[in-house]
Amino acid sequence: MTVEVLYFAWMRERVGHPRETVRTDAATPRALIAQLAALSEGHAAAFADGAVVRCAVDQVLTDLDAPLGQPREVAFFPPMTGG
Amino acid sequence: MVARVQAEPFDLSAEMAGFGAGAGAVVTFTGVVRDDGGDLAALEIEHYPGMTEAALRDHGLTAAARFGLSDWRIVHRYGRIPVGGQIMMVATAARHRRAAFDGADFLMDWLKSRAPFWKREIARDGSASWVAARAADEDALSRW
Repeated sequence: MTVEVLYFAWMRERVGHPRETVRTDAATPRALIAQLAALSEGHAAAFADGAVVRCAVDQVLTDLDAPLGQPREVAFFPPMTGG
Repeated sequence: MVARVQAEPFDLSAEMAGFGAGAGAVVTFTGVVRDDGGDLAALEIEHYPGMTEAALRDHGLTAAARFGLSDWRIVHRYGRIPVGGQIMMVATAARHRRAAFDGADFLMDWLKSRAPFWKREIARDGSASWVAARAADEDALSRW
């Protein structure tokens, strides 16, 4: 499948761009991370600390080990700091 | 029942006009950029267009159901906001004071760690650093 992958905050800065289209067979967000982290040094740096990676699948916060399904959009970002 | 994300400042009195008509209690909270260390110039706030608006609305509805709010409003800004500038506001209306306070408190705790916003501090010398999530904010959410 083809998914649009989005990055926010310092993960976006480390990857070097805010979004990219990726072909993947990943079954979970965590499996997709493993694939993305191998794309470049910047990607590897963005995902280096797995404990701080948060994920939204089609704009809904999702656990990294939840089934990925067939999403249109997957976003990765650090812990949120609103308010 | 309004959730809005915007770059421009908001006018609190305009936001509150007609808000919560008929309620016995209205609570408003406004977050303002503060300079703890003496060298902050501004905050820069990033959000996730689309998801952020939907998440704010979902959570407003959740708070309304849980605390019996008759009205609620969340306005959160993004982009560059100087020290002293407004970041966001929450307003809640209910029959009684406790529900209005608790609803606003609940919404604030949620906004701190579950709403898709990310803050970056811009120092007076122009250097920038992302604000790290605080364990205290996570703990605050767990009490609900």
